[in-house]
Amino acid sequence: MGASQSARTEHEFQDLADRTGFSLEQIGNLNKRFRQLSKNEQTLSRQDLASISALDNNPLRAQIINAFFDKRNLRQNEVGTVQVIGFEEFLMVMSHFRPAAMHITEEEREKLRREKLRFVFNMHDTDSDGTITLEEYRRAVEELLSKAGTIGQETAKAIADAAMLEVASTTRGKMEPDEFYEGITFENFLQILKTLDIETRMHVRFLNMDTATMRCGK
Amino acid sequence: MACRTCLWLLGTAFFTCTVRLVVEGTEVGAPQGSHPEPGVVGSNHSQAGGGHGSSISGIQIVTFKWHHVEAPYLIALWILVAGVSKMVVELNHSLTSVIPESALLILIGWILGGIIYGAGKMQTFTLTPTVFFFYLLPQVILDAGYFMPNKLFFSNMGAILVYAVIGTCWNAATVGLGLWGCWLGGAMGDIDIGLLQFLLFGSLIAAVDPVAVIAVFEEVHVNEVLFIMVFGESLLNDGVTVVLFNVFDAFVSLGGAEIDAVEIIKGIISFFVVAFGGSLVGIIFALLISLLTRCTKNIQIIEPGFIFILGYLSYLTAEMLSLSAILSIVFCGICCQKYINANMDECSVTTVRYVMKVFANGSETIIFVFLGISAIDPAIWVWNTGFILLTLLFIFVFRFIGVFLLTWILNKYRLVPLEFIDQVVMSYGGLRGAVAYGLVAMLDENKFKEKNLMVSTTLIVVYFTVMLQGITMKPLVTWLKVKRAAVTELTLAEKIQNRTFDHMLVAIEDISGQIGHNYMRDKWHNFEERWLCWLLMKPSARKSRDYIFNIFHQLNLKDAMSYVKEGERRGSLAFVRNETKADVDFNKKFRASFSEIMPDIMADNMGPDHVPLSSILQDIVPSVCLDMHEQDLEMRESEDFNAHHLLQQHLYRGRKQHRHRYSRSHLETNKDENEVQEIFQRTMRSRLESFKSAKMGVAPAKKIQTKHQKKDKPQKMPNGNSTDKSKNHPYGDKDLEFSEGDCGSGGEAAGDLFPMRAYGVEAGIVNPAFMAEMDPMDNMQQMQQIPHVALLPQTLNSFDP
Repeated sequence: MGASQSARTEHEFQDLADRTGFSLEQIGNLNKRFRQLSKNEQTLSRQDLASISALDNNPLRAQIINAFFDKRNLRQNEVGTVQVIGFEEFLMVMSHFRPAAMHITEEEREKLRREKLRFVFNMHDTDSDGTITLEEYRRAVEELLSKAGTIGQETAKAIADAAMLEVASTTRGKMEPDEFYEGITFENFLQILKTLDIETRMHVRFLNMDTATMRCGK
Repeated sequence: MACRTCLWLLGTAFFTCTVRLVVEGTEVGAPQGSHPEPGVVGSNHSQAGGGHGSSISGIQIVTFKWHHVEAPYLIALWILVAGVSKMVVELNHSLTSVIPESALLILIGWILGGIIYGAGKMQTFTLTPTVFFFYLLPQVILDAGYFMPNKLFFSNMGAILVYAVIGTCWNAATVGLGLWGCWLGGAMGDIDIGLLQFLLFGSLIAAVDPVAVIAVFEEVHVNEVLFIMVFGESLLNDGVTVVLFNVFDAFVSLGGAEIDAVEIIKGIISFFVVAFGGSLVGIIFALLISLLTRCTKNIQIIEPGFIFILGYLSYLTAEMLSLSAILSIVFCGICCQKYINANMDECSVTTVRYVMKVFANGSETIIFVFLGISAIDPAIWVWNTGFILLTLLFIFVFRFIGVFLLTWILNKYRLVPLEFIDQVVMSYGGLRGAVAYGLVAMLDENKFKEKNLMVSTTLIVVYFTVMLQGITMKPLVTWLKVKRAAVTELTLAEKIQNRTFDHMLVAIEDISGQIGHNYMRDKWHNFEERWLCWLLMKPSARKSRDYIFNIFHQLNLKDAMSYVKEGERRGSLAFVRNETKADVDFNKKFRASFSEIMPDIMADNMGPDHVPLSSILQDIVPSVCLDMHEQDLEMRESEDFNAHHLLQQHLYRGRKQHRHRYSRSHLETNKDENEVQEIFQRTMRSRLESFKSAKMGVAPAKKIQTKHQKKDKPQKMPNGNSTDKSKNHPYGDKDLEFSEGDCGSGGEAAGDLFPMRAYGVEAGIVNPAFMAEMDPMDNMQQMQQIPHVALLPQTLNSFDP
C-alpha cells in the first residue's frame, strides 16, 4: 500500500471513528479482519461470513449473519436486506456491541440500551413489521435451543409459547379468551427486558492491539 | 449420635491400646527429636529379626515377635488410623459442609498427637520430609495431572503462568523483605537470622499448595475459570519454589559475601532449566506410557500398574536430576490422559481412575492427619510473637496485593476479564499447606539456627490458612455472590434473551476475530491428529473414537429391543402396567450396559470437554456458550443422529458456569448418571413410542431419529423438521408434563401415550438436561418454569393464528 493510500485510509478511519465511536486502533484491527474475511475485496458477502468455521456450532449463526445484511441495523432507516456490505456497514453493525463508556449520562445510557435492544429485536423480527409474532418467536427460540432433534424442537416450541404468554400477561394484562395477541412490539420488548443489564452485558471487548489471534484462520 | 460416639470411643480406645503396646515395645530405641531417620515411624525399627538371636530354653509354641513386623505393621496401622479418622470426620455431613474435611483431619491429628505424646512423653510419629515428598505427595499430584481439564488448563495457561511465576516471586520477595525489614526494626526481638534466611523462608512460605487448594475448593463451588487459575497456579508454582529454595539455600551456604552477579544469573538460568526440564521429563514419560499402553493388549490385567509406576518414575527421575518433580509428574499426567484412555481397555481405565482417587485421597488424609500430629511436639515449638504474627499478616496482605495487581495487568489482555469477586476468591484461596511444611522441615539446623522458629511459624501458617480460611471461604463466597448477583427471578423471556445474548456475543467475537482459534492452536491440533495419534494410539482406538457414538446407539437399540421383546413375551403390553418393576429392570439394564460404554465416553470426552451441565449451578446469570468441541467434529460421522443429538444436549454449557468440577472424591460418572439416565429414558420412550405405534398400525410418529445429520454441519438441523411438528405435538406436551415429577397423574391413560407415563414419570428428576438448554438454574427455578409450560394445552388456542 502506497503512502497516499494509507493516508487516505487514515482519514477515512478517522471519519469512521467519529461516527461509530471506535478508536483508530480498533478500526485498524477490524479493517484487517474485514479484509481477511472478504479475501481482500471491498465487500463482504454472506458466504464469507458463513465460512467462518468458529460459527458452525452457534445456533444463532444464520440470524447473526442476516443481521449483518439487514438494513435496519445499518442505521439507514430503511428496511430490507442487502447482499453485500462494505467496511463501513461492517463497522456499523459491530458498533452495536461496543461497551458503554465509563461515564455517560443517564439518557445516553438509555439511548445505548435502546440501540442494543433494537439490534436484538431486529434479529428476531424477521419480516420487519415491527412486531415479533408468535411464529417468529417460535422460530427464534427453536433455533436458539435446538441443536437437537425433534424432541428439542417440541420443547422449544413449548417454551416459546410459554414465554409469549408471559409477555402477553405482563404487557397486556388479562386477556379475554377470544382476544388475540399480535406480537411483541419494541416497547414491550424494552419493558420486559428492563431488568437485564443490557448496556453492560451486551458488549464485546474490542482489542486495541493486534494480537496473534487476529491471524487466526477462519 | 450414639453410633458416632461409640465409634469415636472405640477408635480412641483402640488407638490408645496400640500406642501403649508400641511404646512399650519400642523403648529400646529412643527417637531423635522431631527429625528421625527416614521412615514413617520415628522409633527405631532396626530390630527386625533380632528376636532370633536370643537363647531358647525350650520350644515356644507361640511367640510375640513384635520387632519382626514392627515397621510394616506401624505403617499399615497408621494408614488404618488415617482412614478411620476420615470415616469419623465424614459421619456428620452438616459438619463437613461448614468445616472443610482437611481442617477436621488436622483436628483429629492434634488429638491423636496428644494421645501419643501423653503415652510416651515424646512425639514418636511425625511427618518427615522424605516420607512426604517420596511417598505421599506424588500420587496426589499424579491424580491432579491425570484428571486435569486440559482444554481449560491450556487456554488459561498464560494467566496461570503469570500467577504462578510472577505471583510466587512477588510473594516470596515481599514476605522475605518485609520480615527482614521488621527484624531490622526490632519487632522480632533477638534472633539469629539474616536477610538470606528471610528470603528463603519467604520463598517456601509463598507457594500456594495444591493439596490444600483442592481440599478447600471441593466444598466451595466456584466457576471453572477461577478454579483452574488457583489450581493451575498451585501446581505450576512448584517450579519457582524449587528454584528459589535451592538458590537461597545455596546462597546461605555460600555466605553473603560470595554472591555476585554471576550467581544471580545462574539462579535465573536455573529457573528455566528446572521448570522446562521438569516438564520435559514429564512429557517424555507421558510418551513412554502412551507407547507402552499401545502394546499391552495381552496383559490388560496389569495395564493400570504401568501408569502408576511410570508416573512415579517420572517424579523420581526429575528429582534425581534436581529438576522440578511436581512439574514433571503433572505434565506426565496431563499429556498422557488422552492416549491411555483411548488405548486401554475400559476396565483398565476405570481401574486407573478409581485407584488414582484412592491413592490421592488416602495420601491427602494421611498428610493432614500427620500435619496435626506433628504439631504436638514441644521440642519444635519456639514462639516469637513478632515473627509469627508478621508472617501471617504479610502472606495475607501481600497475596491480595499481588493478585489484584497481576489481575489488573492481565485483564488488559484477557478477553473475558476476571471480576472482582473472582480476584477476592483467588487471593483468599491462596492456601499454604504441607509442601511448605515439608520444605521447612528439610532445612539444615546447623545453617539455620532458627529452624525451629521457622517450623513453628510454618505450622501456624498452615493451620491458619487451611482451617480459618478454609472454614470462612464458603461463607465469604456466598456472601459476595449474593451481594453481586441479582436475586430476582427472571422471566422466561428474559432467560431466552440472556441466552440469545450469549450466543450473539460469541458469534460477534468470532466474526470480529477477537477470540479466535489461535493459529497456533490449530496447528497444534493438526499436528496432533496426524502424528501423535498415529504414534501413540492403538489403531483400533483411533478408529473406535469415531464410532463410539455408534456403539452408544447400538446399545440403545439393543436394550430397547430386548426390553420390548421381554414385554412381548409376557403378553402384549402387560408389562407396562407394572410401573415399578418395569422401571427397576430398566434401570438395571441401563446401568449394566451403559456402564460399559460410559467410561469410554467419559474417557473420550475427558480432554476437551466432558461434564455436562451439573445439576447445581452457582452462577445465577444463565449463559450458554458453544465453543467448538473437537468431539463435535467427530460426532458428525456418527450414523445415528439421535445419539448425536442426545449427546449434544450434554454439550450445552455456559461460559461462566461451574461446569467442571475437579473433585478429590467424586468421579464424573456419578454426577452424570442422573442426566444421562434421563436422556436415555427419553430415547427409550421415543423408540418405544415409535415401535408401539408401528405395532398398533398408527402412522409412525418416528422420524425422530431419521432426521439424519449428514456428514456436515450440525446447524442444518433446525431447518428440516417441519413435518413432525403436528404429529408429535401432543406427545411433546405430555412429555413436558411428566417432568414435573408429578407421579399423581400416572393414573389416566392417554391412549397410546400410556407407556410413556409408566416409566417416564419415574425419571423424577426435574431434569436439568431436559430443560437445560432453557436455563440451567437451580432446580427451584426450573420447577417454577414448569407451570408455565403446563399451561400450554389450554392457552395454545389463543395463539394459533
